[in-house]
Amino acid sequence: MTDFDVRNPTRRGVLAGGGSLLVSFSLLSRAFAQEGEVQMTEPPAQPKPELPGSLSGDPLLDAWIRIDAKGEISVFTGKAELGQGVKTALLQIAAEELEVDPAGIRLITADTGQTPNEGYTAGSQSMQNSGTAIRHAAAQVREILIGQAAARWQVPAEELRAENGRVIRQDGQALDYGALVSDQILHVEAAPQSKLKQPGTFRVMGQPMRRVDIPAKVTGTPIYVHDLRLPNMVHARVVRPPRPGATLAELDTSVVEGMPGVVSVVRNGSFLAVVAEREFQAVQAMRALEATARWSGGTTLPDPADFIRSLKNLPSQEGVVAEQGQGGASSAQTFQATFTRPYQIHGSIGPSCAVAVLENGTTTVWSHTQGVYPDRDAISEMLGVPAEQVRVIHVEGSGCYGHNGADDAAADAALIAQAVPGRPVRLQWMREQEHAWEPYGPAMLTEVRASLDPSGRIVEWNYDLWSNTHTTRPGPAGSLIAAQSLPTPFRLPPAKLSITPSGNGDRNAVPLYAIPNMRVIWHFLPEMPLRVSALRALGAYANVFSIESTMDELALMAKADPVEFRLRHMEDPRGRAVIEAAAEDFNWSSDPLPEGRGRGFAFARYKNHAAYLAMALEVEVERESGRVRVVRVSAAIDSGEIVNPDGIRNQTEGGILQATSWTLYESVTFDQKGITSLDWSSYPILRFGAVPERVNVRIIDRPGEPFLGTGEAAQGPTPAAIGNAIRNATGKRLYDIPFRAEKVKAAIGV
Amino acid sequence: MAVTLTVNGKARQVDADPETPLLYVLRDHLELNGAKYGCGIGQCGACTVMVDGTAVMSCVTPLLLLEGRQVTTVEGLGTLDKPGPMQQAFIEEQAAQCGYCIPGMMMRAQALLQADPGASEAAIRAHLEPNLCRCGTHMRIVKAVLRAGELMRQNSQGGGAT
Repeated sequence: MTDFDVRNPTRRGVLAGGGSLLVSFSLLSRAFAQEGEVQMTEPPAQPKPELPGSLSGDPLLDAWIRIDAKGEISVFTGKAELGQGVKTALLQIAAEELEVDPAGIRLITADTGQTPNEGYTAGSQSMQNSGTAIRHAAAQVREILIGQAAARWQVPAEELRAENGRVIRQDGQALDYGALVSDQILHVEAAPQSKLKQPGTFRVMGQPMRRVDIPAKVTGTPIYVHDLRLPNMVHARVVRPPRPGATLAELDTSVVEGMPGVVSVVRNGSFLAVVAEREFQAVQAMRALEATARWSGGTTLPDPADFIRSLKNLPSQEGVVAEQGQGGASSAQTFQATFTRPYQIHGSIGPSCAVAVLENGTTTVWSHTQGVYPDRDAISEMLGVPAEQVRVIHVEGSGCYGHNGADDAAADAALIAQAVPGRPVRLQWMREQEHAWEPYGPAMLTEVRASLDPSGRIVEWNYDLWSNTHTTRPGPAGSLIAAQSLPTPFRLPPAKLSITPSGNGDRNAVPLYAIPNMRVIWHFLPEMPLRVSALRALGAYANVFSIESTMDELALMAKADPVEFRLRHMEDPRGRAVIEAAAEDFNWSSDPLPEGRGRGFAFARYKNHAAYLAMALEVEVERESGRVRVVRVSAAIDSGEIVNPDGIRNQTEGGILQATSWTLYESVTFDQKGITSLDWSSYPILRFGAVPERVNVRIIDRPGEPFLGTGEAAQGPTPAAIGNAIRNATGKRLYDIPFRAEKVKAAIGV
Repeated sequence: MAVTLTVNGKARQVDADPETPLLYVLRDHLELNGAKYGCGIGQCGACTVMVDGTAVMSCVTPLLLLEGRQVTTVEGLGTLDKPGPMQQAFIEEQAAQCGYCIPGMMMRAQALLQADPGASEAAIRAHLEPNLCRCGTHMRIVKAVLRAGELMRQNSQGGGAT
């Protein structure tokens, strides 16, 4: 394939292009803080003036926007397409402010050889970080080009306008952008203020735009890292131990040496892989090696029986997330409960994949990682080479919902590539490897005690949560399975408790409602019996589930309608607006529903500072089996100024359905010898038979307001709305996710 | 062992271990990207293609069964420049997020609509049950298949191709 450029490994090579303009900003501090993950990589101190979005990290105009002498425009982002449609939205933003057609822009995404370092594509922050930066950079580039034209024509800039890649003066004369960029005129620092286009004048932003990646995806055009075929490429598979930490005691490689196509068996400490000319030959050799490898030791997993309750007994450190008012306020009624959420997988349909090649001392890795720079740092540390000798290029993978196996597969491929220099290595995990080895969304336990005063207002709220960290990402090599398997193993740095505004395990642990007396504590669990990291929404999934389930119980105690009860405690007008919109679209009422049907409501503002989302839904509970189906959903979201409404809708629908799957079905299973949920039969997820009849998403536009991000906003409210609807249908409250049929059946006592 | 099969209308001879699943034949030998590896054990449908008009999980279909058979992959439904009705419908409905499962969905749906272009929404949902989507694009997938049925009916009424 020629679409992927193996050469040109340095950023310098790209930046040196003569006669072109580069506008670049790098940003570290915000990117690294986006999951509240300071325990892994301390963000560098950046006492720079506040610039919008990703401009805040590095104000130098160096690499975001490039226009060559022919007027061809390249836009660079450090963010990656994860299936969330970010490429399309960023193109819309750039096209709007540059006054060009989106189809006329080349967008280059995360690549340590070409793009700014924007940390991870995570935390629903691409629009805030990269979108904001590109918007301001594009507006400033446009104004600089207008200024150039004004100087050339000796007319005031106010008499000129930019349109369709040209600057036009009142008499109709025009200069192409390409003709205006013969100099280093954009090689300047970004200004704190930009002359942004006013919402009423938008041509592209705010309009639905078809995703630029979808035509390739529906025609089999190569677009995924899985589709990458480089000349002379070989195929690899890894052989994993039966459980983490086990060491390779015995191996008879003779069983595979005679197998057709086998190129090499790669053994490095307890890292074991096989390389073959053909993909299926690699799979066959992997199976043969699996059968002969003898492993010893390894981590004993906890006893799964009532494991989730035992989270409270693990060693913990206390972090105060919020504290206001005083305890012991006089109250009329109190609700007290414990909620749990099990370990859950990302479960991308395509197992993790990477391609790597060692050539002329440089290892180039194509990966569906969320963070090309942190992954490069981890891989170079593992290989013991300077960071400059590793280049990581993002190529799309199967759906990414957080820290999955992508970084590990990239490290696997990079390590294997060292054994077959000059030959590109394509490595893909098997399904059972993905299920067993990807880092899971951590199990959590929460306890809530909330009280009402005699007037039916919440007067006191006590909330305790027990959770691991939700981030063990690279940076450090010790986060990579391959590096942990070497003869001198790298170790995962100890996790540290950190309370940040975005939150981590404590994300959305603080209710957004007006409550005078509140105490919220994260009992941080440093020990990680199972491998965990970031899964879409981090702690917000369990925390919003707990909070919003409690809100419904309190509403019942107060004899209030659940929607009215929320509005009673919601002072933020944008929060009120989504609650009212979801209720209206759903035709929320207290009218009786048919037997087995129930309605539920939930709300959250993601991270308490990002997108607002409320939803109402109706469930059907089949009494005989306990099976629950979500019948219809009405959601309302406010994620700030809209760029691509259909993109917001697609992400929100997806978030609702994915969180429905988590909530109704999903739980990692294990015994003390290892993980036992290794396929889609032992770890079932949503199938078409249980898909709702209707999912309606209303988007509330906020012209001129900052982008708030969309991708994770639905994850927290969904489990609560489902739990509330089951409560409404059956009179029974469910506290423990997942709400599988047998559990529901037991709860309703059929 | 050499096996001759027809892939997207062209006769192809493949020399490989007869146990090789069709999925690897398509991806590795024939360099077609539409069929995807998802689970390897017929649980997710990402590898779905049509064999003689029937939806088949290519990850559990060995090459030895395919002598003389007609295999259709998503590449056989149209191209970037000339998308077929199923592809056009998925583009119109924006029925993809990551898109990894989508070719499998399209091929299973194609088999249904070729037999019954007027398939109801209920029939479509039931027919797609073997295929998994993790991004939660199900609502749009159903809409896209309904739309594909409309496009196919329009085409046949208008006497057009496909």
